[in-house]
Amino acid sequence: VSFIPDGLDCSISFVSHVLGKVCVHGRQKEILGVLVPHLTDLTKSDCIWQRICWRLVECVPDRWMEAVVLGFLQGAPGADVLSRLLGNLVVKNKKAQFVVTQKMLLLQYGHTTAVLQNLLGYLSLDSLRRTLLLRVLQELLETWSSSSAVKHSPAEQQLYISKAILICLSHLKEPEIQSCRQELLTSMMEGVKCHLDSSLPQLRRLGMVVAESISLKINTEGLVLKFEYEEDNETRELKSLLVQTPPFCVVPSLPDDESEKAGAALPLVPESNEKPHTAAPVMPDEELDAELDSDDDLTPYDMSEDKELKIKAPVYIRDCIEVLTGSRSEDVDKWEATVKALESLVRKNPAATREVSVELAKILLHLEEKTCIEGFVELRQRAQVAVLTTDPIPVVKYLTSQFYSLNYSLRQRMDILDILVLAAQELSCPKFHGKTKHSGAQKPYIQLLPGSDSSKDWRRIVDERIKSKTRRFAMGQSHVELASRPNKFNSVAGHFFFPLIQHFDRPLTTFDLLGEDHLVLGRLVHTLAILMYLAVNTVAVTAMGKALLEFVWSLRFHTDSYVRQGLLSCISSLLLSVPMERILADMTEELLETQSWLGDVMEKDPDGDCRRLALQNLLLMENLKKKLETVPS
Amino acid sequence: MALPPPDPQFVLRGTSAAVHTLHFSCGGPEPDIPLLFSGSENGFVHVWNLKTHRVDTALDGHGRKSVYCVETMGGKDRLLSQGRDQRICLWDLAEGRTSVTDSVFTEHVGFCRCSLLKVAQGRWLMAMAARSLEEVQILELPSKTSVCTLKPEVGAKLGMPMCLKLWQLSCDSQPVLLAGYEDGSVVLWNVSMGKVLSQLICHQEPVMSLDFDAEKAKGISGSSEKVLSIWSLNEQQNLQVYKTHELVNAGISDITIRPDKKILATAGWDHRIRIFGWKKLKPLAVLDYHTATVHCVSFSDHSNPQERLLAAGSRDQRISVWSIYAQT
Repeated sequence: VSFIPDGLDCSISFVSHVLGKVCVHGRQKEILGVLVPHLTDLTKSDCIWQRICWRLVECVPDRWMEAVVLGFLQGAPGADVLSRLLGNLVVKNKKAQFVVTQKMLLLQYGHTTAVLQNLLGYLSLDSLRRTLLLRVLQELLETWSSSSAVKHSPAEQQLYISKAILICLSHLKEPEIQSCRQELLTSMMEGVKCHLDSSLPQLRRLGMVVAESISLKINTEGLVLKFEYEEDNETRELKSLLVQTPPFCVVPSLPDDESEKAGAALPLVPESNEKPHTAAPVMPDEELDAELDSDDDLTPYDMSEDKELKIKAPVYIRDCIEVLTGSRSEDVDKWEATVKALESLVRKNPAATREVSVELAKILLHLEEKTCIEGFVELRQRAQVAVLTTDPIPVVKYLTSQFYSLNYSLRQRMDILDILVLAAQELSCPKFHGKTKHSGAQKPYIQLLPGSDSSKDWRRIVDERIKSKTRRFAMGQSHVELASRPNKFNSVAGHFFFPLIQHFDRPLTTFDLLGEDHLVLGRLVHTLAILMYLAVNTVAVTAMGKALLEFVWSLRFHTDSYVRQGLLSCISSLLLSVPMERILADMTEELLETQSWLGDVMEKDPDGDCRRLALQNLLLMENLKKKLETVPS
Repeated sequence: MALPPPDPQFVLRGTSAAVHTLHFSCGGPEPDIPLLFSGSENGFVHVWNLKTHRVDTALDGHGRKSVYCVETMGGKDRLLSQGRDQRICLWDLAEGRTSVTDSVFTEHVGFCRCSLLKVAQGRWLMAMAARSLEEVQILELPSKTSVCTLKPEVGAKLGMPMCLKLWQLSCDSQPVLLAGYEDGSVVLWNVSMGKVLSQLICHQEPVMSLDFDAEKAKGISGSSEKVLSIWSLNEQQNLQVYKTHELVNAGISDITIRPDKKILATAGWDHRIRIFGWKKLKPLAVLDYHTATVHCVSFSDHSNPQERLLAAGSRDQRISVWSIYAQT
């Protein structure tokens, strides 16, 4: 190809056929790896070679067009090169258009960001193709804002679509944005709603980033949408897609917008530096003066008593209750000091706490921030956990009944779940601080859960446990038995677990677990998984296991992937905590049913995490059964 | 070996409400009784007899709304009081009378104390916070004519004026106003022209109180944070920060420099009164008597230096009177 003589009329169609055949057999990389660099050089300034190239690709038969186009998109070093090589192929050839605008963007999602950049950049570089770009954007936005897509498509696909949207936005020019402003706004509003409804934090963040970017594009002055979320690599990468650094600058205005935005983040720092700057002290003149100081004959008094003012917190639990329930607004200092000191007081006076435990739990559940204390939520949570661990049974009865009562906010209900988990963890773990070395089979030390992401940590820990379990029977017992303490969770595990599982299908006017409040349902399921996990070696564990299996069975087809992940964690916990003999003896049928369900999930569930968990559960089941067989009776 | 701080010389009780402002009037010739005027949260101005330590008269002129400023106008017979009922009342107390001769409706709903300056015999200038958020109005008393209104420029974002001090270098020089604002800055205004001469950001929090020594052209301001700021005025009428002093506990309600410019006192939110030397701001004493925030401190104007007193009014409804560094 590289030595076609000039000036001769020749037919390229043979070459196109060869190219097509090779590509469709999967050898795109090899052939295009040689072809593309040559063509890039040749077409740089030579129009004839450009035309030859276009003819080349246009003559590829339709049945091989997809492979060729895909190969070019993957192999081209940049959108401008692609534009030179392919010309207006997408406009002229229907198949190419379908592949580029529909198949690669909406039906597939495995391509890299570079390929996306190439594709969309290519579409933006010619006025004929720009209409396609706008159409593509519209379709992407439709998908992004459709609630069923958000609920059912895998996270990877949603990420891919978000990236494509952002790249499209970066290519749009001002007049184009103005013309489709209304549609952008509508899709943004709908899309953001669906994304924020999702229980998975990753999807919520995706929605927030894309919505912010759209809002930035359509309102370049004045009010822009701004969400608060934690930045991570993904969000940073997404935001960087909004900036285009085209070598042949087609849309110069957009990078400026982005750098303005980046610049806007900086002035905050210099501004706040200005203020102290003006107050920077001038060198006091007095050091130059040798003036006799008549101050010297004023002798100071003893000021050693002058210390920081500390408000004393009450020393008795009942006093604390009085301060916290008191309505005297003047005692805010005392109220603050009480809140800060409450946890340690409760732990130091267990007998006194037991007398008023339920009352204290009630006050703490309803305690609202009166003044601005740092870490109020954590202080309150620690105090609640302290009360619960000091007097478990009555307090847990109170809390579980309140979980299902009317007129609590979702946040309060989820707080109840958090407290139950933290207290259960404290009760079941022996008190140690890293001095004893446990083998992997023992419970690892777990940090104070930060809140909404607790499910991630737990999954990790359960995974570790599964890993350790699966290895252990191969290595045999090689560790020394360590000193054990009575498990305080044993006597109360049932009290924690059963009331939570009882009423989940009974809707109240303000709280419907099976309906709208699936976020709380997800949290409840994860909580049950954790409680199950912590109940290992307790007496009630088998009964708990049976109830949990039934619970999981009834919810197994739930549409929310967060809930399904929780259900699979429940199965993991169950398999790890309930001794296999008991499972096989009491729950054989249910176990078989669960096994077939897990197989189903593993193959067909749209969510990647669910599939992985199902696979792990199946492996765990197998290993435990095998272990049972190999242990001599 | 430093001595422990002295105890109050005496304590005045009987206001039955938090004390917000104090003013001495002890400069009169011998047969006159030294008096202390106090304004309380229940709307009363109490006239204390410093010989008997009892209330001589109680003036009720602010409709039971808190009185946060009292000043005498040339002697103990004429009193000015400012209250939260948005009024400034002028009283005639001669010969046992207790009548309000005049009042000014300020429409100010904040806590900014007004400032008086005698410009001629029988004529005063009074600076007060006005109705509009950032403005300060200067009135001439007793005629109540407006001299000017000091409005910061648009976008200055100074916030409310928190404390004011009118002064002039000598009898025939221009009166100037020092105003501390909510954003922590102190502004020097030229009263006759109504223009800003200089502005200085002294604090990150609102300026609670300030006082100024006209002879040394040095002033001090306190705020709700832990820092006292001392600033000076140079020949070009520019304010510059001279020094800062960090306190143990945050919050200053009032600062006042003794008339002989040797010491100054601060009233703290930590219930303590602190005494500093004015020259170098050397800490001299911490007077820890009150059990609640100290709202105001005031030095007496005794002609005999040995009799000089310091009074402090607090939220615990007591006024402590001290004799400290009276010998110098």
